[in-house]
Amino acid sequence: MLSPNGATTTVDPFVRIQSVEKVFASRRRAALKALDNVSLDIGAGEFVSIVGPSGCGKSTLMMMVSGLTPPSAGHIAIDSKEVTKPYTNLGIVFQRDALLEWRTVLDNVLFQVDIRHESRSASTPRAIELLKRAGLGGFEKYYPWELSGGMRQRVAICRALLGDPPLLLMDEPFGALDAMTREQMNLDLQRLWLDNRKTVLFITHSISEAVFLSDRVVVMSPRPGKIAAVVTIDLPRPRKLSMREGAAFGRHVALIRETFQGFGLLKED
Amino acid sequence: MASSSGVDGKTDHAELLPVMGSGYASYLYPLIATAVLFAVWELATRYGGVSSLILPAPSRILATTIDQFPVLLHMSIVTVLEFVLGFILGVAVGVPLGALIVYARPVEMAIYPLLVAFQTIPKAAIAPILIVWLGTGMTSKVLIAFAISFFPIVVDTIIGLRSAAPETIYLARAMGATQFQIFWHVRFPNALPAIFGGLKVASTLAVIGAIVGEFVSSDEGLGYLVLVANGDLNTRLVFACVFVLTVLGLAFYFIIEALERIFVSWHVSARQADAAAGGK
Repeated sequence: MLSPNGATTTVDPFVRIQSVEKVFASRRRAALKALDNVSLDIGAGEFVSIVGPSGCGKSTLMMMVSGLTPPSAGHIAIDSKEVTKPYTNLGIVFQRDALLEWRTVLDNVLFQVDIRHESRSASTPRAIELLKRAGLGGFEKYYPWELSGGMRQRVAICRALLGDPPLLLMDEPFGALDAMTREQMNLDLQRLWLDNRKTVLFITHSISEAVFLSDRVVVMSPRPGKIAAVVTIDLPRPRKLSMREGAAFGRHVALIRETFQGFGLLKED
Repeated sequence: MASSSGVDGKTDHAELLPVMGSGYASYLYPLIATAVLFAVWELATRYGGVSSLILPAPSRILATTIDQFPVLLHMSIVTVLEFVLGFILGVAVGVPLGALIVYARPVEMAIYPLLVAFQTIPKAAIAPILIVWLGTGMTSKVLIAFAISFFPIVVDTIIGLRSAAPETIYLARAMGATQFQIFWHVRFPNALPAIFGGLKVASTLAVIGAIVGEFVSSDEGLGYLVLVANGDLNTRLVFACVFVLTVLGLAFYFIIEALERIFVSWHVSARQADAAAGGK
């Protein structure tokens, strides 16, 4: 149905991460090197996942791409422009939904409109449309505490999509959800991505989630985080949940797991 | 993102309600407990041989309250003004000071130890000094009410402002928010439940402050009336004053709580209060 990817990455990457390093200095402890010499290019419209053990600097990498944290060394550019301050033309979704409890669902989605002093009436129809597509039609006036975890995370995703940003950063967005909800969210995210082809940088603990969603999976080593392997996932799209039991899917998962085993992180005895 | 599963309707908050009891019970139980207390008190003073000079019966206290209503009203207005103004001053100083401490590290280092030291001074001990400085009028009482009530407001403002989830702040920054916008749209609303916690404590302390001031030196107010009535061995009037003070203190507390319900209706604490009251 769709061409195999990987080819997208060669011409003019949308996100360019070049020899990036991050060191956390602390007065009380020795300096901690979180990331070491990480280079990665992400093509426009590409879906790239990062998997790695806890503390390998995945989240730090995302924070640096968004410009919220500066790298200690190296360069990050989005759309050929060096990132030196928070890059505002992107959407971010965190593991914790980070909804503002005192705002209704609709007002949460419209948060950036208020921050940027834009007209609410211009964005409200889009916000309502996004909520409807997320299965939250009619919940506009609800408060976050009235929603389930999955619904809350959908609101957070709608909020990230409001400005139709070309880049979406997702830091373990489904990590706190139950398995069933998580599978549904994976399917929904895939459909959303197929509709819009945004560039997505997706961070996860789950190997199978990464394989299911991504064009490429970046495997990171334990701290200090380095890129240990980049696995291109050439499975046809749209992918179905049942594909996860297939041999091709299993090969990709096995390849990634072997890389982890190479770190001595997974021991079966 | 169209989907059917995952949208599992309202979560299970509604199931908390039966645990708290339905609407009537939440009013009924405290009413019964209070009624029993007063009944025992009434019977003990009438038939238990307790001198009315030591403990008058509730019915007599109530009769005195009605009897002395004009003077009690006059004195109440004075005392209410003192503690309300002291409280408002406490909010006006406490909340900005808390914000300053959170935002300016040098201010925190310079002021916070002083603040804690000041808090450990028993305010009743410095009340006479304030009266020497400011006279026996209302100003000194307002300042004592302020001094005794503003500390919890400062502390809870600090706690509240610091408790914002880092992700919410990252998010605002990624949207291009200024420091002031982060304060106004994220940190401050997030701090409101804690601030209201401080306000509720402060509201009861302000009443104590006003009475302490009146005890030290005054010619008006309910605290003054307590001293005068006590000197006359008019125990009933003393109790009537205490009764009126209790009602006023409660009313003030509930006004703050009503404001809390309005401004932080989204917070867990308000929802539980709602459930307890059988609302929603």
